[in-house]
Amino acid sequence: MTRIWDPRIEEMPVADLKKLQYKLLKTLVYRLYSFSPFYHERMKEQGVHPDEINSLEDITKLPFMYKSDLRDNYPDRIFTAHRDDLVRYHVSSGTTGKPTVVGYTQNDLNNWTSSLARALVSCGLGRGDVIQVSYGYGLFTGGLGLHYGAEKIGATVLPTSVGNTERQIELMQDLNSTAIACTPSYLLHIGEVAEEMGVSIRDETSLRVGILGAEPWSENMRKRIEDWLGIRAYDIYGTSELSGPMFCECTEQNGFHVWGDLAYVEILDPETGEPLPPGEKGEMVITMLQKEALPMIRYRIGDISSIEEGVCACGRTHPRIQRISGRVDDMLIIRGINVFPSQIEYALMGVPEVGRHFMIIVDRKGALDEMLVQVEVSGEAFSDKITDLMGIRRKVEHRLRNTLNVAVSVELVEPGSLPRFESKAKRVIDRRRL
Amino acid sequence: MDTYVIRQVSVFSENRPGRLAAIARALQDEKINILAFSIAEADGFGVVRALVDRPDRAFERLGSLGFNVAFTDVIAVKMRDEPGGLYEIARILGDAQINIEYSYAYSGKEAAIIILRVDDVQSAIQVLLERGAGIMESSAFQ
Ligand SMILES: [Zn+2]
Repeated sequence: MTRIWDPRIEEMPVADLKKLQYKLLKTLVYRLYSFSPFYHERMKEQGVHPDEINSLEDITKLPFMYKSDLRDNYPDRIFTAHRDDLVRYHVSSGTTGKPTVVGYTQNDLNNWTSSLARALVSCGLGRGDVIQVSYGYGLFTGGLGLHYGAEKIGATVLPTSVGNTERQIELMQDLNSTAIACTPSYLLHIGEVAEEMGVSIRDETSLRVGILGAEPWSENMRKRIEDWLGIRAYDIYGTSELSGPMFCECTEQNGFHVWGDLAYVEILDPETGEPLPPGEKGEMVITMLQKEALPMIRYRIGDISSIEEGVCACGRTHPRIQRISGRVDDMLIIRGINVFPSQIEYALMGVPEVGRHFMIIVDRKGALDEMLVQVEVSGEAFSDKITDLMGIRRKVEHRLRNTLNVAVSVELVEPGSLPRFESKAKRVIDRRRL
Repeated sequence: MDTYVIRQVSVFSENRPGRLAAIARALQDEKINILAFSIAEADGFGVVRALVDRPDRAFERLGSLGFNVAFTDVIAVKMRDEPGGLYEIARILGDAQINIEYSYAYSGKEAAIIILRVDDVQSAIQVLLERGAGIMESSAFQ
């Protein structure tokens, strides 16, 4: 089986890769300065000319782009390709206002597909695998992105999309799916429904790999999924602005490889905007080096993570980004302390008495923020004794306080009563009127 | 001894309107009779405890509706229907170092009956029988 999809690029010596990145950046900046009124204006405001970009590090002189730039220029006012050269649109649902539209030239689609081809091969998939794509097909990028990536490497695609979970499980059994691509919470849902149907994913299916993304998840959740379902679970990363799902962990499971010929990642201090050294957590800023229809330069994608450089044990020379540990804008500030929903998920994974699902409700009583976390009591832990249940609640409260450094109240709710999320999880209800 | 052990159905329930009704309706749909029940409340949640004529069916039905259900062993003790009746039973158990976790009343046909959850069911039955207290057999309920 192919171990590396494109060895020339994926194993390129780090120094050569940096040279290539610089070349691509320089070309991109000249192109945008000349042909993109939007970016030309931005650079002028910033007082920077393409001639001043003379090293990869000079990227910090360039202005940032934000999600709002796409919204404000809805639908396609910052596209830099001719409309006739576009071969596809995707549209992301506007959870906070207007949706955003992304467009693709044929080269954009080719790069997206080869990014995923490399990614899928890097987690051990290839010809002979049946990849069940349970991301939504349509305007969302997940379904079609994985679909073409999987076909590219010669795997067989089972395009189930989202929903009709019982049928997903039947098809998984009947057509021997070896991998599934979906959100981690949807895979947990599939696992639960399978158990209700009396099907053991571990023993009665051929599933061995999960390509999981589109929402934050944790290392504990990975362990739980792997132990429970008997598969290897890999983190995949991307958003529609980058093309879609793009980057995935290799079999080392130690952060996703960002293909340096396609993207350049900076990690910055979210407050000061200063670059942070490898290993330190900060705000990810991404520059897409080869996109034609909708270039993204120093895009403040809003995710928090850290970068690891140097050659990976898998042999690939491209940097790895650690699992996303939070969102700059999901970050809740509770009594002055930064809290990420992912930390709560992490803390709850260590308490088997409560289920995997949770909701966070933030409110303000007088001048004080109050955070309530709702969790489901698991069937095995249910005790007839009120004192036992109070003990479970205290245990969760204690654990959350230790993880978050802020006091939290916990509410025990009935199993199955918390919302399940099939795509992006919305686990925070903020009732504060600030 | 096991002839005296009654399987009580315990259900986790949030303290919000309609939950108790949902439990009652589920049992009614299955034509299950509730012989006695109590609700223990804490801040935000509670446990509904019920003696029913068909506990296995009740367990299955409530479980399939997504409720957290458990069986808990309890005993039903006849009380002398006069002042001090309850004290007498509490003293017998107290003397034997058996702890009453909770109790609730059941109005039987002939006598006042109290449902007891104790930390050591077998010893409780033994000591109550030795001291001449009347215990209802589980077949009277289930
Ligand atoms: Zn690697």
